[in-house]
Formats: sequence, structure tokens, C-alpha cells
Amino acid sequence: MATQAAHKEQPLLSVQDLKIKIQMESGIMNAVDGVDFNIYKGKTLGLVGESGCGKSLTSRSIISINPKECETSGTITYNSESESALNGLNLLSLKPTGKQIRSIRGRKISMIFQEPMTAFSPMYTIGNQIMEAIRTHQTKDKKEAKRIALEMLSKVGISDQAKRFDQYPHEFSGGMRQRAMISMALSCNPEILIADEPTTALDVTIQAQVLELMKSLQAEFGMAILLVTHDLGIIAEMCDEVAVMYLGKIVEQAPVKEIFNNPKHPYTKGLLRSMPRLGGNKSKRLDSIEGSVPMPINMPPMCGFYDRCKDRIEGVCNAQSAPKITISDEHTVRCFLYADQREGEVQ
Amino acid sequence: MTKPILEVLKLNKSFQVKSDKALFKKPKPVHILNDISFELLEGETLSIVGESGCGKTTLGRCIVRGVNASSGSVVYHAEDEKAVDYLKLDRKGIKAYRKDIQMIFQDPYSSLSPRMNVFDIIAEPLIANFKLSKDEVEAKVTEIAEKTGLNVGYLKRYPHAFSGGQRQRIAIARALITQPRLIVCDEAVSALDVSIQAQIINLLKDLQEQYKITYIFISHDLSIVQNISDRVAVMHLGRIVELASTESLFGHPQHPYTEALMSAVPQPNPEFKKERIILEGEVPNPANPPSGCHFHPRCAYKTEKCIQEVPELREVGYNHFAACHYAEKLQLRGVPIESAELQVN
Repeated sequence: MATQAAHKEQPLLSVQDLKIKIQMESGIMNAVDGVDFNIYKGKTLGLVGESGCGKSLTSRSIISINPKECETSGTITYNSESESALNGLNLLSLKPTGKQIRSIRGRKISMIFQEPMTAFSPMYTIGNQIMEAIRTHQTKDKKEAKRIALEMLSKVGISDQAKRFDQYPHEFSGGMRQRAMISMALSCNPEILIADEPTTALDVTIQAQVLELMKSLQAEFGMAILLVTHDLGIIAEMCDEVAVMYLGKIVEQAPVKEIFNNPKHPYTKGLLRSMPRLGGNKSKRLDSIEGSVPMPINMPPMCGFYDRCKDRIEGVCNAQSAPKITISDEHTVRCFLYADQREGEVQ
Repeated sequence: MTKPILEVLKLNKSFQVKSDKALFKKPKPVHILNDISFELLEGETLSIVGESGCGKTTLGRCIVRGVNASSGSVVYHAEDEKAVDYLKLDRKGIKAYRKDIQMIFQDPYSSLSPRMNVFDIIAEPLIANFKLSKDEVEAKVTEIAEKTGLNVGYLKRYPHAFSGGQRQRIAIARALITQPRLIVCDEAVSALDVSIQAQIINLLKDLQEQYKITYIFISHDLSIVQNISDRVAVMHLGRIVELASTESLFGHPQHPYTEALMSAVPQPNPEFKKERIILEGEVPNPANPPSGCHFHPRCAYKTEKCIQEVPELREVGYNHFAACHYAEKLQLRGVPIESAELQVN
């Protein structure tokens, strides 16, 4: 399995030291605090974490669709394979309403959202909305756009496309709407697909259909996927590599097997333990993580997990923020518990 | 021998739904619940699972009489061994039993009034059901708040000041304060994050042990259901299609729908490769249900008989009920306990 350090090739997208600050009444909230990751062609990176950990803000900042209140810094370097003009572009330096980002958004990098109910406009037919994306980026020809839209609808498994094309979003069920959204996102053959909780609003049986669909489309088109989710089951099934986020930071990053078989960070371990799983022992109590996620407002420099951590070291973990420590080529963790190992390696 | 606390017999519920095509046509009844019957034993946890729209929430609401069922009966065996049909009681008669059957709702953000402070929210059922002095109410509320892990110093605050997990604790405290014998939990942990979910599940289990409460646990999440329940009922389009003990249902499912539901759950284990059963299509519309077995359009094992005859829920093994013509003949795959157990160091 190819991953970060093992990769010789250039990443499609490289996020470095991404920070998002939001000015609140009660102070400055560090919603995203120094996030780094790379996305490679044909691979799926999973971003997992609880609500409020900044995973959605991170994914949205890539195509600059965060609200104005977000003060963003860092670099997001995009290396387009197909268009050299877009090579090495820092997406964060572009004006969020400018021409250049609009030529990338929806065409080179597209996104599917959590709520298929609200992501479509109720005023236009599904076909109209898919055609809009195609006509903005690909062809001005209406007939050609309709042909592509119908083809995409059939690719995502919507039967009777000609009829469905002229229907409004409310006539679609949740699963159908999510399929239509995927077909819209893929209609311009993007290099990167950002999927923000794509199946959270769906039933398990429909979720299984949509995940299967995403996998087969990735095999066909070869796009990279950034999958944002809170469900470790989906991560295990879909991803090549996983980044675990907590309170605006990536606390652990590794290939998917490594995360599940050899988790290092106390939060990752806690998450895996607290999760009830099919076939697990029934009479056993679940190991829960005590307490709840604090608000990252005016946080002093310390490990954000300190209050909930069983292995915390007083005077160390609450005195400074945890450093990023390399466990192996592909495995990094932000935790003081492994600080010794790093020193050992240095000597 | 444990006694039944609740007997649900031939429960039906239909809603009048206006057709969206014809403006002046008479509304048509849509059957949401069809002949639901089961027995609930004292002290057990019975889970009800199914996809959205299968009627599981309506069933829960009919039992607590949040909505009135169309026909059928819910016989409640009170503490003094008196059996009453909960559905036939009038407004006055039901008051004596309301305190025994309580409910916890899915969304802790909309089920708590933003205009009442937490103390008043928890105290309200107590004041409505018992005649107590102010001091007694305060003592009780404090006791329950401590039991459910709420900070007693924060009781005068309003719900908006609490996180999702804390709010669900408030909702549990409110349900618990009248010392109910039965609590209907309608997706009580679905809106919570994984780490908080585990806390609430543990809390529910502890309270059950301490107070001998019976739970009806309505959920769509099979992993949680397997962890918490003694018996499980699987619902599909207003009918119970399978009902069995947790071990029996997960180990040896007898209905193709149960098998498909289980295989659709993503397993948190990257090495666990399995052949997944992908159900074609979606849940049929209850306003226009398919003929025969309602599951036949999505079933891989269907025959001519399934299209024509409605299968009855019948006993296919010891205390294992399934509504499938071929329950005995099919060899369905379950999830044997501990097969997917994962090593976490």
C-alpha cells in the first residue's frame, strides 16, 4: 500500500500548516490548527473525527467555500496532472470569488455534501442542475450537455434517466438524490472528489449501495477521494490512509491497517474501543472516553485531549502543545508519550 | 420465570394521506403498522430495528400513546399485577400509569424546551404526577441528576449551555425521575458522537441494573443494538419480519432482510473482507406496498409464492420468529459473536 513517505510521485494536493481562525464574541476560536496532509491520485484519504473537530472546515477550505468569518492561513498546493497552467498553484492565495478558483471548483476538484436534501435547489429540475455544471465548465452546447448528463445519471445507477432528468429534487428519495449529486460532482471528470459525510443521512442498505458506487467510480475514473466521516466502519472499508482529527489538529495519521491494528494516540485507541461492533462481546461494557470535547476558544498551548486522556503526564501535556512524532515512515502521531522514541532515533 | 410487563396485540396504525396528484379525491389510509404483536418481559431490553419509514418510531409512540393506534391493544401489567389496556384508557385513567411508561427522544436539541431551566425540565414530570413539597422535589431532582452524571451546580442553567451528550443525560434524567418501569428510547444515541454514545449506552445499562427498568430500544444501528439488547425485532414496512434473542438473530438470521441489513453494516476492520449483499432499489412506499411478502422486490431468494402470499410471523426455532415462507430452507449468513472482534492494544 502506497502512502505518504513511500510515495515517489508528487501529491495531487498538498495541504501544509492549514489554520482557520474564527473571531467569536468570547474570543478567537482555533477551529483548524496546523493541519498537513497530501492527497494522491487514485487514493482515498479518510478524515475522521467527532463533530466540531474541524474536519468539514478543512475540506471546504480546499475549494474556498468557507464563510467569510474564517481567517485562513497556510498553503494548499494543487498540482494538476492534466493542466500544467494549474500546476503548483496555492489555492488559498486565490480570491474566493475569482475566476481562477471557479475554473477549478466543480471541474478539477468537486465536492459532495452530507445533506442531499438541501444541497440541491428545489426550484430547478435535477437535469437542469447537472447540466449547469457541465455547461459552465465543459461545453456550451445544450444538446451535448444533456447527453453527458444523461450518461452520468445512468453511470450512477439511476434508471429511467430521461424521466428522472426532468424531475425536481423533492421527487427523488434520499439515496437517489445522493446518487444524482455524485453524478453532478463527477460530470466534469474531476481529479479530486471531496466527500463530506456522503452517507450519514442514508439508511445502511442505501449507504452500502452508495459506498459501492463510489468505489467502482473511483476505479473507473481514477480520481483521488478525500472522505470526511465520523464512522470508523466506513473508513476501514473505503480508505487507503487515515488522518484522525481532534480539536483542529491531526493527532494521528497512518495507512488504514496501521490505524486499526497499531493505533498509538490515546484518542484513536479510545475511539476504537468505544465503538460497539457487530460480533463484539455483548455483556462487556463499552470503554468510553470520559468528558466531552472542549471548545477551542482561547486555548492555552497544550494537548487538546489532556482533560480526557487516561495516560496524560501532568506538567508536560498541559504545558505545551504536543509535537508531531514519526513512528515509522508512514505513521505520525501528536503525543508526548512517544517523545522518547524520537529522541532515541535522533541519537 | 419473568413476567410480561407489556403485551402488544394486533396493533394497527394508519394515517389518512391525501394524494398529491388529485386535489379533490378522498384521502387514502396508509398502513404504517400492520398487526404488530409481541410480548415484553420485565427487565429485558427489546430492540426494534429497521430502515427509515418502516414504522419503528410510530410503534414506540403508539405504545406511550403519543399517537393513538387505529386498532389493537397494548396490555400493561402494572406493579399491583393489574392488567390494563393502555390504549383504551381515558385521559383521567391513563394518568395513573403515565409515570410508569416514559420516553427518551432522538434529538436532544429539540426535545428540551429552551425556555425552561434544566431543574424545571427534570422536575416537571415529578410535579405533574406526584404531590410533593418543594424540598422533596429538590432532593429528588438532585439525586437523579447525580445518578445520570449531571453537574448539580449547573441545574439552574438553560439547555443551550449544554453539549449534546449532556442534553441527552438531561432527557434521561427527566424520563427517570418518576421511577418508570418501562422506557421507550427512540434513537436515543443516534445524534451523538461515538465517544459520547458509549457513555450514554453504559449509563442506560447501569440504570437498568440499578432500577430494574425495561427498555424498548428503537434504533437503526445494528452494532449498538447487538451491544445493548436481549431480544431484537426487525421491522420492514410496518411488519415485524423477525423476532428473536440477540444471539440467535445475529448468529442465525432466518429472514433475508435481516441478513442483508447485517451485511450492509461497515465493519471497522480493514482486513475483514466479506461478500456484501447489496439490496437493489429502496424501501417501497407504504402507500403502495408490493403484493405478497413486502420484501420480495428486493429479495434475492424470492419465488412465485412470495409475490402472491403474505408470510405470517411464525415460530421457526426456539423462541425465534420469522415471517418468511422459506425460513427453514434458507441458509443465511449471520455475524457470529466475536468473529469480528478486534485487537486494540
